[in-house]
Amino acid sequence: MNSANIGSKISQSLAQLSLASLLVWLQRTVKNLLLPLTGIVIFLFIWQIAASNIITSLGQFPGPSDVWQQSKTLVAEHRQERQKAEAFFTRQDLRNAKKLAKNPNANVKIRPYTGKATYFDQIFTSLYTVMFGFLVATFIAIPLGILCGLSANAYRAINPIIQTFKPVSPLAWLPLVTMVVSALYISDEPMFEKAFLTSGFTVALCCLWPTVVNTLVGVASIDRDLIDVSRVLRLSSPVYIKTMVIPSAIPLIFTGLRLSLATGWMVLIAAEMLAQNPGLGKFIWDEFQNGSSSSLGRIMVAVVTIGIIGFILDQLMLGLQKRVSWDKQAILR
Amino acid sequence: MQFSKAHTFTDRLFSCVKVSLTLALLINGTTAIAELGEPEKDQLRFGFIKLTDMAPIAVAYENGYFEDEGLYVTIEAQANWKVLLDGVIDGRLDGAHMLAGQPLAATIGYGTKAHIVTPFSMDLNGNAITVSNNIWEQMKEYVPVEDGKPVHPIKADYMKPIVDKFTEAGKPFKVGMVFPVSTHNYELRYWLAAGNIHPGYYAPHKGDSSGTLNAQALLSVTPPPQMPATLEAGTIQGYCVGEPWNQQAVFKGIGVPVITDYEIWKNNPEKVFGMTKEFTEQYPNTTARVVKALIRAAKWLDENDNANRPAAVKILAQSNYVGADYDVIANSMTGTFEYEKGDKRSVPDFNVFFRHFATYPFYSDAVWYLTQMRRWGQISKPKPDQWYFDVAASVYRPDIYKTAAMELIEEGLVSAAEFPDFASESGYRAPQKEFIDEVVYDGTQPNAYLKKFSIGLKDEVL
Repeated sequence: MNSANIGSKISQSLAQLSLASLLVWLQRTVKNLLLPLTGIVIFLFIWQIAASNIITSLGQFPGPSDVWQQSKTLVAEHRQERQKAEAFFTRQDLRNAKKLAKNPNANVKIRPYTGKATYFDQIFTSLYTVMFGFLVATFIAIPLGILCGLSANAYRAINPIIQTFKPVSPLAWLPLVTMVVSALYISDEPMFEKAFLTSGFTVALCCLWPTVVNTLVGVASIDRDLIDVSRVLRLSSPVYIKTMVIPSAIPLIFTGLRLSLATGWMVLIAAEMLAQNPGLGKFIWDEFQNGSSSSLGRIMVAVVTIGIIGFILDQLMLGLQKRVSWDKQAILR
Repeated sequence: MQFSKAHTFTDRLFSCVKVSLTLALLINGTTAIAELGEPEKDQLRFGFIKLTDMAPIAVAYENGYFEDEGLYVTIEAQANWKVLLDGVIDGRLDGAHMLAGQPLAATIGYGTKAHIVTPFSMDLNGNAITVSNNIWEQMKEYVPVEDGKPVHPIKADYMKPIVDKFTEAGKPFKVGMVFPVSTHNYELRYWLAAGNIHPGYYAPHKGDSSGTLNAQALLSVTPPPQMPATLEAGTIQGYCVGEPWNQQAVFKGIGVPVITDYEIWKNNPEKVFGMTKEFTEQYPNTTARVVKALIRAAKWLDENDNANRPAAVKILAQSNYVGADYDVIANSMTGTFEYEKGDKRSVPDFNVFFRHFATYPFYSDAVWYLTQMRRWGQISKPKPDQWYFDVAASVYRPDIYKTAAMELIEEGLVSAAEFPDFASESGYRAPQKEFIDEVVYDGTQPNAYLKKFSIGLKDEVL
């Protein structure tokens, strides 16, 4: 065979290879992209038809087009509010300058903007409230779960309490948390808003249970061989926990954390509505109270936003879980 | 702000002259208001309920009147009247849009006890009573008609036969109002009693705070934004509430406003701006400045025969204030009021913010609310006249109002003629005759007033 033949044979096989890989890529794209897209489009279609047939006393039930309209309005309002904020600071600077001109030793203060929080501010508030609640819950739940998982006696003692408090709804906790926060958190210059603390603690109380349960199951189901190895090596408890218990329980701990975050995000919206923490829950409640013709559309925008953020949070946790998990063969969804 | 560095002698001279000229002008311009000092607390938080008569607060913010006084105010909607009152009492809110009865009830200890004062009356009128379509259809049989339209005012007498039918059938006739010490509660009761329908007594000394003792119509509490929903659901047959919730019922086609409180008592006091006594004592300059800004806002709202009302409605339609549709709010704030759908009548004084000395906290207004609290049993024992005068004097603060007003007159922002004559004003209005049942109210004789009603407690204890 001469080099030309070999060359053409190689290029032929290369072409076949790239064609094959193209087909594989195409198949994967259809599966991963087009199928979900088709599902979404069909759903939007059904939603639009159903919405145009439901007439409420506040107007037609919002369909996808209303949601799109209202989301554009919310973005415009956000921009307007930012402009107002700039004007506010300009006025404040002028006022302070006048004061200084009158009396160079005058005590001038820079005050924060007094206007309303925009939709995006509210999303941000919801996010950091849920993070606060989630972190508080995690710091309580994981040690508690490890304790109950390692010690059968601790489990027997604590389990009834866990099972009793697990089903309690956030709406039942809220009045109690409000009263406790009001009574205990008294200071002249509060760092945190009471509504923020109330919402955060309510979220924590409701979302710690999935993590506790999953952690204790994960810890309790540690491989017997590992326990024997630790006995042989005479590992001290902290080392044993750090090198064996936690890594082997990570998959279940993360399952618990993901469930907790999802629960926490759901609970947050309810808690915010009642505690009036300025997040998405309060946005929905205020829109409902307003009863304007655009209220339902705006509430629907909030619903979609809540869903999308919940989805993103879950995917973030999933990504974290994949990085931390030692079993790269395990399929994580 | 950067002041340029002067390098040469002439530059320095010029800047000296500039600064001293500015100083001279500013000092001369400010000696007149040197009396009222800087606000002690400049970051304030005010609460309100989503009703159109929170307008003075919104306007004072949006038009920059608060900022002119050096106040940085955050305005927050509250979930309901109880949360609002608790917010003021525990200090979360520095002041709030309140029902006229709230400072009085809190100070005498009906409900949570706290000494709340009010230096500013926010408006007159602004409420209406709406009934469900069903009840209206039944009432139309009895309501006199002229030129095809019902004759106003529609007295509760025309509703009495329907209430009697409900009683005979054993069904409760339920009506909603917004708070046990709300103006709406007292106006509703006044209207019902004038039509010979008993609205029930309170007996707090016996532990009964439902207000339904001996009642033919059962009154219950619902927060204003939820009123149309409860009417639609059939939980109540009617309600008394402020705007935009009556016009909202018309727009949604679920109810018909039958009477406004303007027709029950012409130019009745409605909302006040309440603060704790501690706040007014700890921060007197701040309080006076808040009142100044609110007076300016009230004046703007009524200026030039309500010319600014459309602009005010635009502000109120923002989602962080009242949030209802522009048209719904405009329906009652721009000089008209819609009763039955399509029956829009001219009511230019449906909301009065500044005219007729609306912002002055008259003692006789406080005494009226106290008499109605006594009439319905919220004050369980009869009280001597002096008690009424003392409570009114401890809650209503025309002295703070006067300080603010004098400042505004000096600054030339409001003329002295637009205020009552402070030298001679006693705080008690002349006897008022324009009530729906034509009983004359003289604030200086509360017990004699109570004796004039056929339904209502006089000297007895339940």
